[in-house]
Amino acid sequence: MTQQFWPLGLIPLLPLGGVLFALFGGRRGGRRAVNVVAPGVVGLAFAVSVWSLARLVSLPAGGALRFAAWRWIAAGPFHVEMALRFDALTAIMCLVVTGVGALIHVYSVGYMGHDEDYARFFTYMNLFTASMLILVLADNLVVMFVGWEGVGLCSYLLIAFWYTNPEYAYNGRKAFIVNRVGDAGFLLGIFTIVYALARGGVWTVTFAGMSHQAALLQPYATAAALLLFLGATGKSAQIPLYVWLPDAMVGPTPVSALIHAATMVTAGVYMVTRLGFLFTLAPAALTVVAVVGAVTAFFAATIAMVQTDIKRVLAYSTISQIGYMMLGAGVGAFSAGIFHLMTHAFFKALLFLCAGAIIHELDGEQEMGRMGGLRGSMPITWLTMLTAALAISGIPPFAGYFSKDQILEATFASGHPTLWLIGVITAGLTAFYIFRLIILTFYGESRVEPSKAAHLHDAPAVMTVPLIVLALLSVGGGWVGLPRGFLWGEAFNRFLAPVVIPPGAELATPGSGLALVMIAIPIVGVAAAVVCYAQMPGLPVLVAYKARLLDSLLRHKYYVDELYNAVIARPLFWVAAYVLHRGVDGAVIDGLVNGTGLTLLEGGEELRRTESGNVQHYALLYLCGALGIGAYYLYRVVIR
Amino acid sequence: MNTLNLANLGFAWLPLLPLIAVAVGAAIILLVGVRLEDEDSAGLGILALGVLLVSFVCTLFTIGVNAEAFGGALLTDDYTAFFEIVIQAAAAISVALSLDYAADNGLAGAEYYSLVLFAVLGMMLMAAAGDLIIVFLGLETMSIAVYALAGFVRREARSSEAALKYFLLGAFSTGFLLYGIALIYGATGTVHLDGIRAAIVARAASQPYLELGVGLMVIGFGFKVAAAPFHAWTPDAYEGAPTPITAFMATGVKLAAFASFVRVFMIYLGPAAAQWSGVLWVLAALTMTVGNVVALVQDNIKRMLAYSAIAHAGYALVGMTAAGSAAAVLYYLVAYAFATLGAFAVVIVLERRATAGLRIADYRGLAQTRPGLAAAMTLFMLSLTGVPPLAGFVGKLYVFAAAVDSGHVPLVVIAVINSAISAYYYIGVIVAMYMQEGTPEIEPSGASPGVLIGVAIAALAVVLIGIAPTPYMNAARDAFAAAAGPPAQATAFAR
Repeated sequence: MTQQFWPLGLIPLLPLGGVLFALFGGRRGGRRAVNVVAPGVVGLAFAVSVWSLARLVSLPAGGALRFAAWRWIAAGPFHVEMALRFDALTAIMCLVVTGVGALIHVYSVGYMGHDEDYARFFTYMNLFTASMLILVLADNLVVMFVGWEGVGLCSYLLIAFWYTNPEYAYNGRKAFIVNRVGDAGFLLGIFTIVYALARGGVWTVTFAGMSHQAALLQPYATAAALLLFLGATGKSAQIPLYVWLPDAMVGPTPVSALIHAATMVTAGVYMVTRLGFLFTLAPAALTVVAVVGAVTAFFAATIAMVQTDIKRVLAYSTISQIGYMMLGAGVGAFSAGIFHLMTHAFFKALLFLCAGAIIHELDGEQEMGRMGGLRGSMPITWLTMLTAALAISGIPPFAGYFSKDQILEATFASGHPTLWLIGVITAGLTAFYIFRLIILTFYGESRVEPSKAAHLHDAPAVMTVPLIVLALLSVGGGWVGLPRGFLWGEAFNRFLAPVVIPPGAELATPGSGLALVMIAIPIVGVAAAVVCYAQMPGLPVLVAYKARLLDSLLRHKYYVDELYNAVIARPLFWVAAYVLHRGVDGAVIDGLVNGTGLTLLEGGEELRRTESGNVQHYALLYLCGALGIGAYYLYRVVIR
Repeated sequence: MNTLNLANLGFAWLPLLPLIAVAVGAAIILLVGVRLEDEDSAGLGILALGVLLVSFVCTLFTIGVNAEAFGGALLTDDYTAFFEIVIQAAAAISVALSLDYAADNGLAGAEYYSLVLFAVLGMMLMAAAGDLIIVFLGLETMSIAVYALAGFVRREARSSEAALKYFLLGAFSTGFLLYGIALIYGATGTVHLDGIRAAIVARAASQPYLELGVGLMVIGFGFKVAAAPFHAWTPDAYEGAPTPITAFMATGVKLAAFASFVRVFMIYLGPAAAQWSGVLWVLAALTMTVGNVVALVQDNIKRMLAYSAIAHAGYALVGMTAAGSAAAVLYYLVAYAFATLGAFAVVIVLERRATAGLRIADYRGLAQTRPGLAAAMTLFMLSLTGVPPLAGFVGKLYVFAAAVDSGHVPLVVIAVINSAISAYYYIGVIVAMYMQEGTPEIEPSGASPGVLIGVAIAALAVVLIGIAPTPYMNAARDAFAAAAGPPAQATAFAR
């Protein structure tokens, strides 16, 4: 059952209003006005989302709210409405985007407190929020693509926010270009779907409409799903298109928290889940999703173990965690993937904001080698970040445990023991690298530069309050998805079930041994980190020396950037510079264009001579034309 | 014998009021002018504008009244009304452009404005003509007035030269047209367009005479619309004529010629399309190419616009090769007319006596001295090039689409290449205005209000017709459908 509900329109419009305010009134209105309006509109959007959720739960299960603003494209039988749809899946995404988004906006007020360009910053942040909301609220693929491109644009703008630094600007371009590859896949996927449906005379791109066309989609499902998944790997930083995300860390840290951890990078997972009906038609594509997810999770976690830049650790951690979500979607456990998306939004945003608080306090220092011992001077940051670390490690009862556990159980139950094993090992690695980060920053001797060490303290309340709220969510956010049999067991899954395609088979009840492994592995990881970095600081050095090759491989991130450079970027540049620019453009096109132009000009000069100004010549020309036409008609009359 | 009682004439006379208004108005101006000095000509110009307004209001009443008069000699349908309105608009803007021009150049107002109105009468007759005699009558009424107007600046040798060349070649081409009419009459036994069509459909026409007649008429009309190779008079006549008259010739004359050309050929000779569409195909390709290529090397803006006018006749001919509807051609002509009127209006602002200020080089730096004028000129040039979202783009789109639908893909390829060529000289004007340093000795004079209003109206039309083409295209479709529909019944105008 679908009910019309106009306030849905407010959810993206409110942040858009914030964009207009910050853009046109930001300078004149002053910092104080922007500081109120920019987080305020996101908070209001959160309130409207809650209102919509209240209306949604009053509908029977499987219901949805809808708001069609106007008919956007009309071309024969094909038409697209600018329409929004709010069902259980959208509800969760909206609450995460506006809720976490509002907290990060508030935090940004403090973080950007000294930046002159605050108006531009909040213009982009609000624009991002609006685009992300359009993406998750979209009623059809085309509107979703609008949001998809919008968040990509904002991501680029915010990575390169401090654009005067050429490296930052370069990283912004890199993110944009890598994402274009994915976007091309996404577009081709949309075209494939439209083609498949149009062959059967069905002209629709709405999710509700498409989900009933399994028969028409079936022959093209694998191709469409793989193309769409290519788009997802770009946006969600999965193999092979993950390379932009670590470099995106040059943006302001609230940006990393909001866009490159909590919301935008999970858009790929959302898209795969939203199109679950298509992916389940293509088991091969789903397997690809699962394998890519699991491999990415493991691969990124190994790189995270050796990074020394605090934000880069978190960036690879994000890639790794999104790998988990993809794994969940790939084995058909869509609701588990979305569950992890939500808890991850809480604890990863928190991790980034804590890192931001430290970086802010240390005047931009990001090397963990120059941190340490901050526990005493920044207690709130320490406690909240520790909470987030426990959550991401998967230690019960913190949020991450429940969601990660669900994904891994579903993986095992769906008959992928290898992927399950990769996931479990990754869980251990996760606990290891995140506690390595905690120990290097908060424990041990202070390695902070003496000039900065004197006046270290916690950030102001405008930044610490969001930390505390997110910490509470990192603890309790997972409880909505308690395992079956506990209290309101599986409430989250039951809420989502009517929207996402439920897993083909009923979830097998995990053996107690499996659950024990899942609790034990992270503890082993934490213990290993404690041993390596707190108890025996020489050990990591020794291991790195003993396994020089592996260490070097990890430090160079498996040489993937170098590989892409050599295989893709360099040849492209070469072709552009030598073949296209100098060869095709210089010789062929310029020659052709200039030659044509010169020929025409000369022809013009020649023809101009017929304009002698002599009326007899004109009459002669006229007569020639008349004789030509006369001859034609004589030919017609006489010969035929 | 009939007594002269309007009620007993047996035809709807009200649809004729637009023509009557113009004829009476022209006579009044001539009479009033006798008692006026030449310096007062602006007042007569205002009077002429009033006459055109009255005629326009009369035309508004005829919309939807699809009637015929004088036994089918005049067809007062929506097609006629469509062209009447466009011709009235073109004439009104030309008159507005003339107000100061005529006074400054000491032109005799009474003769000048009454000749304009007589030309309008001829144009409207051509649009309304239901038989070939009326086509000829209208054509001559228009042409003789325009010959005189082209040579109106008697102290200028160029003006007289323009009039003479136009007249000589015009007389030449009238012979072809008239001979074509005679042959068609011989072939079908009638000069009535309806009867001619019926004869062709019934295969009652004598084929050789019909074919030769059609060919000769193509030549006659080809001259009036300035199609190559019958275009040679155009640059000289356009350059030498007073600039407001050049604007009038490039728009009003061309509109009227196409009104008649389209009606006679596409509707009444439509069943014999196989006999003429091939010729039009060649004429279209030749006209576009000659017009655009020669325009490339012009350095005088009036000559450049003359070749541009030739090229646009070619595009319109492309639309005429499309079987079925000529609505695209009608729309195209409207788009072309406003951009051309606007461009000539800008030319008038910069023009000096003794033909100074007419080089394209004189437009350098206009963006600094007269930014509004330069912006308007940019609009006109871009519309003539066919850049979206302006009227010229939509017009080309419709015309080319219609031709493609009729299978004339090669012709459209030629047309598109020509459009690309034309960008060079149109944008050359923009480059001069915006990117080149001005020459201080050519200071644009303060333009008269009439000219500026003309520029503004043309600019507005070019934008509006381009952004919201649907109502205009619908009007063109209705007009063509009214003309092409079942022969209009003689409905008494009862109200």
